[in-house]
Amino acid sequence: MPRTVKMKVFRGEKGEGAIHDYNVHIDDGMVVLDVIHRIQATQAPDLACRWNCKAGKCGSCSAEVNGKPSLMCMTRMDSLDLEKPITVEPLMTFPHVRDLVTDVSWNYTVNKRIKPFKPKAKEADGTHRMFQYEVDRVQEFRKCIECYLCQTVCHVLRNHGKHEEFAGPRFMIRTASLEMHPLDVEDRVPFIKEEGGIGFCNITKCCTEVCPEHIHITDNGIIPMKERVADRYYDPIKMLFRVLTGK
Amino acid sequence: MAYPVPGTREPFLATRRLDAWWLAPLAMGISFIVFIIYATWSALHPMGDDPVTYHVQTNYVSPFFSPDLSKFIPGFTWSPALLILWIPAGFRLTCYYGRKAYYRSLTFSPSACAVGKGQREYKGERALPWILNNLHRYFLYIITALVIFHWIHFFDAFRFDGHFGMRLGTLVVAADTIFLTLYVTSCHSLRHLVGGKIDCYSCAAAGMARHHAWKGVSILNDKHNLYFWLSLFTVGFADLYIRMISSGCWQDVRFF
Ligand code: SF4
Ligand code: SF4
Ligand code: FES
Ligand code: FES
Repeated sequence: MPRTVKMKVFRGEKGEGAIHDYNVHIDDGMVVLDVIHRIQATQAPDLACRWNCKAGKCGSCSAEVNGKPSLMCMTRMDSLDLEKPITVEPLMTFPHVRDLVTDVSWNYTVNKRIKPFKPKAKEADGTHRMFQYEVDRVQEFRKCIECYLCQTVCHVLRNHGKHEEFAGPRFMIRTASLEMHPLDVEDRVPFIKEEGGIGFCNITKCCTEVCPEHIHITDNGIIPMKERVADRYYDPIKMLFRVLTGK
Repeated sequence: MAYPVPGTREPFLATRRLDAWWLAPLAMGISFIVFIIYATWSALHPMGDDPVTYHVQTNYVSPFFSPDLSKFIPGFTWSPALLILWIPAGFRLTCYYGRKAYYRSLTFSPSACAVGKGQREYKGERALPWILNNLHRYFLYIITALVIFHWIHFFDAFRFDGHFGMRLGTLVVAADTIFLTLYVTSCHSLRHLVGGKIDCYSCAAAGMARHHAWKGVSILNDKHNLYFWLSLFTVGFADLYIRMISSGCWQDVRFF
């Protein structure tokens, strides 16, 4: 049913600013991004927000809707309690630029530190062979749209600001997707333990809760990587075995 | 109002979330505390001459007191439960799901997603004490023996005065055994051990078999959190039930 709702949108620059109230007329089937666009069209043409596909695939429209990191284009208005004002704020974990826009470029610098795919030698007939059942596991991680909602919600970054020491869930699964690849021969276990800081993750699964692609970030990515780190660095019997056999 | 910049810490439990985010951690926290208090009390209060088999007419055995290792330690006069309970306690404390549950409900780290933690130092699982959680696999190895004992008691729970029978207690023991087994066989460390550690199944020895094993554990693993709680409740209830019928407070319902 068309109706008027109260929107509370953060406006400001470089972290300085305030929540502004807008009464907006909404129609059936609208998502939060539509309402932001309507505010731009009718009340605040200078309201900055980032978006691109409006289909939950480009990962640009991430924001905090009623305190929850979400894609604005995938959050239907009828999924929210419209009796109460709806708060829309920028992602809290990254430097603020303007209004709903934050600077997520830190993520790209982290990505560059991950060693790229290194295929093993080709077989005698000059081909690489792998099977679908072997790559199903890493294909789950490739659904990532780099919306950085998981990075935003992760308390290690959000509440403790460990951007220097912890790569964050998005890059835990990117590392996992390379490390578990059947053709890859690179070793990223030392990276994920030391620079990646996997030990900071306490598997409380907020990343998994917010991922719009429903990737099992913790169960299928981070925990298996923690087990590999445990194999190498925390398993006394395995370590002794390696010392004795030199393997 | 200045908007929090990176590294700024939201005040403890502060959030703009409007949903009942506090409900799950509260329920988990209460469950843990009730269980810990009951289990500690029960462990320190063995009943009867033979604390392992509470009830003389049945073969029900409390999971808290079995196996009775005190027989092998001359002069050990404390409760035999103390020789056993560190195994499931350590297993659950280091369990990947258990960690999530108590970090959220007991250490508030964080209590829920996008909920403030206040000012505090955080080292996660890189420093003591939580770095010890990396030893989970060793508890997995040890608890496997305990699972075998639970199955022995499962079969014993069908014997009454030498005859085959079934009572309500049989179901209570069965629930404990089945959920404990599901909980252990859905473990993340087991998933890694049976095949998760392999990248190229088509190149590894017995690769196909290990891929199937990994797949199987993965299916169970999807419900690991559910089995964690079901097995926690049923193990506690099994001890309580056996204690109650052996003290005569409750009557065991006889099916045949
Ligand atoms: S599970 Fe780990 S990576 Fe994911 S949000 Fe929690 S601490 Fe961060
Ligand atoms: S893992 Fe999920 S939440 Fe994280 S960046 Fe990718 S799509 Fe977004
Ligand atoms: S606009 Fe592309 S994900 Fe929302
Ligand atoms: S991960 Fe929960 S029991 Fe191993």
